[in-house]
Amino acid sequence: MKRSTLFKVAIESILKNKLRTLLTMLGIVIGVGAVIVMVAVGQGARSQIAAQIASLGTNMLVITPGSSAQGGVSQGAATFNRLTISDVEKLMREGTTASLVSPVVVTRTQAIGGGTNWRTSVNGVSVDFQTIRAWPVAEGGFFTDQDVRTSRKVAVLGSTVANNLYPGEDAVGQMIQLRDVPFEIIGVLTTKGQTASGTDQDDVVIIPYTTAQTKLSGHTFISQIVVGTQSSSEIPAATDEIRAIMRESHRLAPADADDFTVRNQSDLTAAATGTTDVMSTLLASIAAISLLVGGIGIMNIMLVSVTERTREIGIRMSLGARGRDVLTQFLVESVVMSLVGGVIGILIGVAGAAILGKTMGWHTEVSTQAVMIAVAFSAAVGIFFGFHPARKASGLDPIQALRHE
Amino acid sequence: MSIPPVIRTEGLTRTYDAGRNAVHALRQVNLTIERGEMVAVMGASGSGKSTMMNILGCLDTPTAGTYWLDGERVDGLDRDARADIRNRKIGFVFQGFNLLSRTSAIDNVELPLLYDHSGRHLDTQALAAAALARVGLSDRADHHPSELSGGQQQRVAIARALVTEPALILADEPTGNLDSRTSVEVMALFQELNEQGVTIVLVTHEPDIARYAGRIVEMRDGRILRDEPVSNRHDARADLRALGTAVEEAAV
Repeated sequence: MKRSTLFKVAIESILKNKLRTLLTMLGIVIGVGAVIVMVAVGQGARSQIAAQIASLGTNMLVITPGSSAQGGVSQGAATFNRLTISDVEKLMREGTTASLVSPVVVTRTQAIGGGTNWRTSVNGVSVDFQTIRAWPVAEGGFFTDQDVRTSRKVAVLGSTVANNLYPGEDAVGQMIQLRDVPFEIIGVLTTKGQTASGTDQDDVVIIPYTTAQTKLSGHTFISQIVVGTQSSSEIPAATDEIRAIMRESHRLAPADADDFTVRNQSDLTAAATGTTDVMSTLLASIAAISLLVGGIGIMNIMLVSVTERTREIGIRMSLGARGRDVLTQFLVESVVMSLVGGVIGILIGVAGAAILGKTMGWHTEVSTQAVMIAVAFSAAVGIFFGFHPARKASGLDPIQALRHE
Repeated sequence: MSIPPVIRTEGLTRTYDAGRNAVHALRQVNLTIERGEMVAVMGASGSGKSTMMNILGCLDTPTAGTYWLDGERVDGLDRDARADIRNRKIGFVFQGFNLLSRTSAIDNVELPLLYDHSGRHLDTQALAAAALARVGLSDRADHHPSELSGGQQQRVAIARALVTEPALILADEPTGNLDSRTSVEVMALFQELNEQGVTIVLVTHEPDIARYAGRIVEMRDGRILRDEPVSNRHDARADLRALGTAVEEAAV
């Protein structure tokens, strides 16, 4: 039979029994649709988790002053503070993987404002700090490089401080006193919550580090330096780079030990990759199972269909259909149905993902990769699960088939 | 060169292997049917006429013996070759019509042309329409089998058998599912086609139907018991006219 007539015969046959066709395709439609929705939700969740974990600081390195030893007795971390603004400037100048650098000048003091007071930590930082910590403002704004250069007395409050000093009020535009110095509140940060060890990250007041050095601490030492990289994978390279720059900056001889410590959130990074890996594996296995079930559904109905259509096959054979003609017809039918089912499944999946995203407020991402895999799989299902029934049909004895009621 | 007979068999034998006992369905059958004949194969069930029909129709192969169909030796051909022979040389008409449901009359008639492996270009729709016209059903071309009467369905099946211009039309109990009047109508159509030169072999167990053929081959126990021309051959069209008057009289 000519290829064009073969397709015509198969497609006519598909259209002739619409209910049967619909039921056959349903397994694939649901399988592919479910996979697309699942992958979309999963990808969305994954990137959301990744963003959340990143906000905890997987892209961040912290340089703290090193330990000093006196007569062989270690005095612990930060006993000998030699971090200065020149270290920060050198890091900014020479760092390649360390793209963002901010000093942190920590002072603990009483914050007075809104008719009450609150003991909190005042961090003097540069503008990069906000990007490194991925910490947007909820109200108002953050200070600028200009503010840092001119040591302006402006403050951005953590949400805990804002809620305690100005409960139910707008803190932006109010004045706050830190060690008797009045500061203008220009912004309130979004709530970040606790760290893994239970410290409230929102119990903080952020001011320009220049202001902190001149108006609050009165000395030029820096408590720590935070460094941000583009991604968490650059952390190891950045660590080496920072050590080299810092050793040079501190003029350490090759035999000397580091007088600073570079820490990163490697446990968080490990947790992040671990979580996303488990998630990917889980999604892939659920997807594989649902598509397999869809495929078995196709085979089941095709097998029933061969039995149901035995007489039709007998008629076709008596009229001169070769075994190969019957085989190809059934195979084409099953592939066409799987492909059409796959395409419908994709449409339903994409629509379903969009609806879920709207109604549940979930972040969903339909990946083209998942769509392509779904199409390829539905075609493969058609061939694989259609072959056995098709071969069964083509091997029928025309005499027996014609006698079949 | 003389025209070869449509069917010639020599020593045609078919044995079924049923466990320990072999069943001899056909024993050394010699049969020749010339072009343009209309032959009825008769016999009770178990006489071997179904086996005969399956082998003549190239649906089955003989265990022994030779079979020439339209001058071509066809015993011992493989499945695909037999499918091609059926497609080119034989038109089947079955008791149960065996039309594809949910398929229009014209598409049913077109079906054998779609399985043509010769590679020649055929205007299949036009040929199917012409075949339907030959059986007088041009106005029913787009009807589905479920919308047609039994007689009309059998005429569609006959058109499907005719469409490939086969050497032989093989009809297996073609009137078995029809009432007596419609049976006569179908036999009238067969006689008309036979007059146009179509060779017809019909398998039946009804003597009334066999009388419309020109020759009766009666089988028993896998052998040909009797093979003779019909002396008082009936004319189906005359019978129809007589039936028409009878029906009219009954209506009055």
